[in-house]
Amino acid sequence: MTVAINPTQTGEPVFYLADEHPHPEGWSTSLGFWIYLMSDCLIFAILFATFGVLGGNYAAGPAPKDLFDLNLVAVNTSMLLLSSITYGFAMLTMQQNKIAQTQMWLAITGLFGAAFIGIELTEFAHMIHEGATPQRSAFLSAFFTLVGTHGLHVSCGLIWLVTLMVQVQKFGLIEANRRRLMCLSMFWHFLDVVWIGVFTFVYLLGVLR
Amino acid sequence: MSPDLLKLIFGRLGLESLPLHEPIVVGTFVVVALGGAALLGGLTYFRLWGYLWREWFTTVDHKRIGIMYMILGIVMLLRGFADALMMRGQQMLAFGGSEGYLNAHHYDQVFTAHGVIMIFFVAMPLVTGLMNYVVPLQIGARDVSFPFLNNFSFWMTVGGAVLVMASLFIGEFARTGWLAYPPLSNIGYSPDVGVDYYIWALQVAGVGTTLSGINLICTIVKLRCPGMTMMKMPVFTWTSLCTNVLIVASFPVLTVVLALLSLDRYVGTNFFTNDFGGSPMMYVNLIWIWGHPEVYILVLPAFGIFSEVTSTFSGKRLFGYTSMVYATVVITILSYLVWLHHFFTMGSGASVNSFFGITTMIISIPTGAKMFNWLFTMYRGRIRYELPMMWTIAFMLTFVIGGMTGVLLAVPPADFVLHNSLFLIAHFHNVIIGGVVFGAFAGINYWFPKAFGFKLDPFWGKMSFWFWVTGFYLAFMPLYVLGLMGVTRRLRVFDDPSLQIWFVIAAIGAVFVFIGILSMLMQFAVSLLKREQLKDVTGDPWDARTLEWATSSPPPDYNFAFTPVVHDNDAWWDMKKRGYQRPLTGFKPIHMPSSTGTGIILAGLATAMGFGLIWYIWWLAAVSFIAMLAVGIGHTFNYHRDFDIPAEDVIRTEDARTKLLAGAK
Repeated sequence: MTVAINPTQTGEPVFYLADEHPHPEGWSTSLGFWIYLMSDCLIFAILFATFGVLGGNYAAGPAPKDLFDLNLVAVNTSMLLLSSITYGFAMLTMQQNKIAQTQMWLAITGLFGAAFIGIELTEFAHMIHEGATPQRSAFLSAFFTLVGTHGLHVSCGLIWLVTLMVQVQKFGLIEANRRRLMCLSMFWHFLDVVWIGVFTFVYLLGVLR
Repeated sequence: MSPDLLKLIFGRLGLESLPLHEPIVVGTFVVVALGGAALLGGLTYFRLWGYLWREWFTTVDHKRIGIMYMILGIVMLLRGFADALMMRGQQMLAFGGSEGYLNAHHYDQVFTAHGVIMIFFVAMPLVTGLMNYVVPLQIGARDVSFPFLNNFSFWMTVGGAVLVMASLFIGEFARTGWLAYPPLSNIGYSPDVGVDYYIWALQVAGVGTTLSGINLICTIVKLRCPGMTMMKMPVFTWTSLCTNVLIVASFPVLTVVLALLSLDRYVGTNFFTNDFGGSPMMYVNLIWIWGHPEVYILVLPAFGIFSEVTSTFSGKRLFGYTSMVYATVVITILSYLVWLHHFFTMGSGASVNSFFGITTMIISIPTGAKMFNWLFTMYRGRIRYELPMMWTIAFMLTFVIGGMTGVLLAVPPADFVLHNSLFLIAHFHNVIIGGVVFGAFAGINYWFPKAFGFKLDPFWGKMSFWFWVTGFYLAFMPLYVLGLMGVTRRLRVFDDPSLQIWFVIAAIGAVFVFIGILSMLMQFAVSLLKREQLKDVTGDPWDARTLEWATSSPPPDYNFAFTPVVHDNDAWWDMKKRGYQRPLTGFKPIHMPSSTGTGIILAGLATAMGFGLIWYIWWLAAVSFIAMLAVGIGHTFNYHRDFDIPAEDVIRTEDARTKLLAGAK
């Protein structure tokens, strides 16, 4: 919104807008959501820091080398990365106003996300079965909390995704729904970025250590 | 019923959880219950519930939410101060073999609750309330960016306060000190509900604080009126912006560290334990990474208030506006680089301690610059010693003392002597009372006429002022002396009789402060009764300079009939000087957000969930959590959250003001 605030031609200063237009709906939403994401990013930063400090404290228990199956993690990572690409396709079709295709891509994204969560839970169950529980050592406490918090975020993202699919079905690709899809998009890609950090610092460096 | 069934329904909550064996608590409960019953009965008798629900509880109006924050802060001040009086009484009496009147179990809860309540449920609501009320008005906006979130944030803060208050009568509060250091706060040493109350009260309130931080940043960045560039924002808005940046950049740390502590307590993980690789010092580091910025979260808005007050009551433009802004930003950044000075004695070594000692001392430079800016603003000003200005002068004198003892504590070798002594207690009360509390009182006295349309009574205000200020010095200067003599904090009984006189002086000081608080309540009551004499119809009772004074007092729901256009830092002063004529015609409908009950319902469910988690009532926690999800998602199906105030209503409101203004002349 550009407004002439300079003195009018008669030299009288303007002190109010006689003809104003309210801010469009959702005027602050992207900024607000970005700031929220950064606060969430800080949560992960602290969990990474905790893992960095405590990640070597095995307490005579299992170490990353004994626990991590990099092949499984590679499959899992690809699930999440693919889900980011398909979310991108959903946004592209949303721009073209194609409801059915948007819904399809969202559904595929959701399936990839669910697969990611499923594989992660399998991995957790396997570790716990072997006695590598969160209670076993500070390393495992930090590991389960960092990876689990990411998984919890993806699960929340899935609930949100389903909610938005219902809303798109019911109300169409109206302005409010587009904005919501855009927010979820940022959230989803943000989780991808965090996962890259988890994959690198927890799994890859863990196996090297 | 079988014990298993009882446990399923009530968790670990039982009749023995009620502190019936503590006569002080029972007495308090009786008084609170009678007062509460009278209040609820009165509200019912006068049929005020519908009004409260429609006009206040469900409101999304930033002004009403701001006022509710202030009420919360003042109510909780009474609770927190009762704790303070009890501590002063205990320490005054417990000499020469006397155990005083508080047993250790109770005393430890009292000092923990005092700290938690004063920081989270007094200082934070007062500061947030003032920001909520004033910032949108100062930037010429109609409301905050996310009005529903604002309502939700407020009720989450209330939810946290409710949990803390519940701990007084159901179970117990933490006995760990206000930051609940492990391993003491871990399940092995604190198996009871106290620390769980602490955790969930702060988690529930913390969600509210973080969201309100995001909300106010967006408001300031996106909703400023035309012409108000960043460097034309009022200083209070600037300090609010920096404070909210700090909130968003520090409260998530608190959320995580408390979550990790809960995992240790509930699941048995090993983050902060002594064995299995856990590190209690990790907790101390993390919580102070939140905790140090927190003190600047509190004091920066106070600095903003003092800036507005000094320039208004000196009748001058603020001296050094640009340096004031940069000083604020520098303090914001530096507040992240000093956290380790809270535990120099941890043994990080000379290099680490020197780094944090030096960064701490550097903070005094921008703060000192601010102090000189205020002094130069007053220099050759036509100073009016009204109440806000009196609080400001008291702040300047008091805060400088507190700042200097702070720089002293920033020297690591000196800190090794003074760490955790009463010198430290005196120091931080010196800056928090002298800075934040005096700032809040200056702000209340300054903006009260804006919020209610009449000034506060000066006589009782001055009574309150003098009792508070002398009471503060009497209560805390002796603690400096005691600290230098080596008395540590949180002690319940003493052996050396020569110390007693200092504790007696401190207790007298606390009584003075108590009279100051009573005078302030009296001030509100008297002002309400004398509201016709104290009335201000101009909307600008102090001949002030910033935009909030351009509209009526109290402002209409929509704040400004037309969005203002500003040309100067002191926008309203500029308008007055250049002959601004209030528009009388051409009103249009105004788009506003609608009220909603979702915020209070969600916060109520969150509080119930917290209660369930504290007492291991798992079904309650699970049901509340699922209900929160359902209500939250249900709320997103409501796409119609705004309405238009019809032009006729705007015309009616503005015509009424025109008549009032004509009558005033």
